[in-house]
Amino acid sequence: MAFGTSVDLTSNTGGIVTPNPFWLASAPPANSGAQIMRAFDAGWGGAVWKTLGTPIQNVSSRFGALHFKGTRAIGFNNIELITDRPLEVNFREIAEVKKRYPKHGVIVSLMVETRDEWRDMIKRAIDAGADGLELNFGCPHGMCERGMGSAVGQEPALNEKITSWAVEFSTVPVLVKLTPNVDEINPHGLAAKRGGAHGVSLINTIKSLIGIDIDRFVPEPRVSGLSTNGGYCGAAVKPIAMHMIGSLARDPDFGLPISGIGGVANWRDAVEFILLGCSSVQVCTEVMLRGYRVVGDMIEGLTEYMRSHGFSTIEEMRGKAVPQFSEWGELDLNYETVAKIDPGKCIGCHACVVACHDGAHQCIHPAPKEAGTRVPVVDESECVGCNLCQIVCPVPDCITMAAVDNGFKPATWNEFVSEGKPLRPKKGAH
Amino acid sequence: MVDSRTLPEDRSEAGFGDYKPALGPAQALAEANRCLYCADAPCVQKCPTGIDIPEFIRKISTGNLKGSARTILDANIFGMSCARVCPVEVLCVGGCVYNEMDAPPIAIGRLQRYATDAALAADWRYFEAGPDSGRSVGLIGGGPASLAAAHELRRRGHACTIYDAGKWLGGLNTTGVAPYKLRADDALAEVAYVLGIGGIAVESGVQVGRDVTWDALLARHDALFIGVGLGADRTLDIPGKELGGIDGAVAFIEKFKLGRVDLAGVQRAIVVGGGNTAVDAVRELVGLGVPEVTMLYRGDEAAMSGYEHEWKAAKIEGVRSLWHTQPTAYVGRDGRVAGLRCVKLGADKRPLPGEGFEVPAELVLLAIGQARLGELVAGLGGVQLEGGRLLVDADGATGNPRVFAGGDCANGGKEVVNAVAEGKRAALAIDRALTTGASK
Repeated sequence: MAFGTSVDLTSNTGGIVTPNPFWLASAPPANSGAQIMRAFDAGWGGAVWKTLGTPIQNVSSRFGALHFKGTRAIGFNNIELITDRPLEVNFREIAEVKKRYPKHGVIVSLMVETRDEWRDMIKRAIDAGADGLELNFGCPHGMCERGMGSAVGQEPALNEKITSWAVEFSTVPVLVKLTPNVDEINPHGLAAKRGGAHGVSLINTIKSLIGIDIDRFVPEPRVSGLSTNGGYCGAAVKPIAMHMIGSLARDPDFGLPISGIGGVANWRDAVEFILLGCSSVQVCTEVMLRGYRVVGDMIEGLTEYMRSHGFSTIEEMRGKAVPQFSEWGELDLNYETVAKIDPGKCIGCHACVVACHDGAHQCIHPAPKEAGTRVPVVDESECVGCNLCQIVCPVPDCITMAAVDNGFKPATWNEFVSEGKPLRPKKGAH
Repeated sequence: MVDSRTLPEDRSEAGFGDYKPALGPAQALAEANRCLYCADAPCVQKCPTGIDIPEFIRKISTGNLKGSARTILDANIFGMSCARVCPVEVLCVGGCVYNEMDAPPIAIGRLQRYATDAALAADWRYFEAGPDSGRSVGLIGGGPASLAAAHELRRRGHACTIYDAGKWLGGLNTTGVAPYKLRADDALAEVAYVLGIGGIAVESGVQVGRDVTWDALLARHDALFIGVGLGADRTLDIPGKELGGIDGAVAFIEKFKLGRVDLAGVQRAIVVGGGNTAVDAVRELVGLGVPEVTMLYRGDEAAMSGYEHEWKAAKIEGVRSLWHTQPTAYVGRDGRVAGLRCVKLGADKRPLPGEGFEVPAELVLLAIGQARLGELVAGLGGVQLEGGRLLVDADGATGNPRVFAGGDCANGGKEVVNAVAEGKRAALAIDRALTTGASK
């Protein structure tokens, strides 16, 4: 093929090397050997086997989804637990997959309680051929009530202790899967690091209640006449995932490899996660909704992105956006933008007018009647450059935010406080 | 010849706009996002070239436009023209599952055009010639079937030479497709893109039998592919056939696509026939400014073989019809046609008793089929004709193990997409034959 030949997608996450950075997350698409082998055939580089522990009994139904204005399942929720299949079947299949796909990554997710159980499970996983382990400290429903999953992930001391056991027993890299159901992620990532983890994966699902059946008065997913909280995932959680990943990636005390999870649905999402410091990305919901086949476009899109941006390896692009993820106090308060509407592109819907009037600073107005146009007018002396108009505009590239030279030198809040640097006059504050 | 710059700029087809205009980025994205990304998709099953339609549409929605065009062109190197000329209403779009829920089906053709137009405009190249196999294939006819076959053969390293009797490559894409779907310059640009894989020699103005013999071609090449299309328009053997203002529809279309036609004295035109060429011709005459255009057919609306959606569009554009009608003579004035003498036909297609009647017209186009291959394949051992078509199996193989065929000359006259599919399929069969030992 003429394009992509100079790009190497090989991914290394704490010593787990896979042909590309696309992994199946520990979830229903990685429930069995037959599924994972089909996924590898479709192009997935790795798979995190659905969490092994003492097999559980599941409920029906298990899934719920958030539909928004005709788009189905922008968010997803589940109350399914870890594997319900016999452990010996799982380990036999792991061995078979590794035998047939030696170059692909098989990472085994584990969740047990006692030190002895961890030792036993880790040995069996490694004996079966696991390339790495993922400690499930994240599951926010069903398992945490039993003292596992997010009950561990929310308690740094426990996280550190169990991680240290796993690292002690393991001869392969250990990733700790973190729960987002905490106020700040960093203490939990640092606990995993103190425990000796080779890397972390995040985020697991977010505690959620996806909806209510308004005729039955029962939350969803409905199990007979009741429901319970579940784990939220899918495209809608991506911003939360990226915030937590970014927080760890820019923490100078952290520095462990990251396998990114949370709302990755296409190549562009993967690019963002890698730019934010991830060495690999894990996908579940998009595969559940559309199948393993989505990886073809992910590989092709990432390859073309790398080629067009001059990156020949994942490592070259990894973390490129991290230095620009900063604190509010470091932002330049004197940087000023105003909205510009392209009259040639504007279709006259006035979505920007109403958004600016009701939701922002009342600076975009309908053109005067005598002007004979529906292209709105921006009062640049009042425009605070908030972006809302650009967000609601349905026409690509119709509204741009143009930088204004106001004569003020850059000055951050921190610089204003510490050095008294001059700030430009406020706009729209009257 | 494929250099579209040598086409006359004032040719009559240049005045036509697109019947289905191109999508802009916002429209394409919105439409792509509607696609349900079906598995075992019915749209794909309806595509003769088996393009992975849900996949190329998903790639539009993720912003992977380059990959989208690759998915299309990998299956069908004529994806750009097929996007425009395919009767999508009865193929992919007709299969769209949205039809089952009475929702508008996905505009697959327009999305395919969006991706492939971008690929051709940016000259994105996806395919390279394979390592030289030392084998050579001669392709007779320079239309989509031969070009698709040659492209596929080049990907497998076989040398190719195309022999075309005319001046322009591209077959009916260049000379015959209605200009509100595809204009000749775009068709030639696509041919140039296909030839861009390299290693396809072109000999234009070469007619087998007149300029070169089958024996010479068989001696020169390891295998041959015949994709010569159909012959000249059939004519009506009725009194007055020597008058001016009478033309075959295919010949007339070629004239106004590649040059200028003067219709100044034509107030009324009649197209005889009920197939897709007839439906194209009536719509084209309306587009060329003829005030009164009539389709004259011996059957009726239900019996005509032209696509229903095309005929519906023709009626909206003001085309009239005369059903159950058969011409018996041309009426002439000053050496030019002035009308048609006709009779009405009964249900048994026999003329009803009576005098008949006259329909005035200053232009009569005949769209009653094209001549089938006669002597062309005489002297080509093992190759058989059936009903004027070259007899081939599912792989395009004829009775001669070194000769394959596809496109209109083998299928009797179908769509561009069928020609491409048959050319590609034959190329794969030729490749198998060449790499498993068949030789000259």
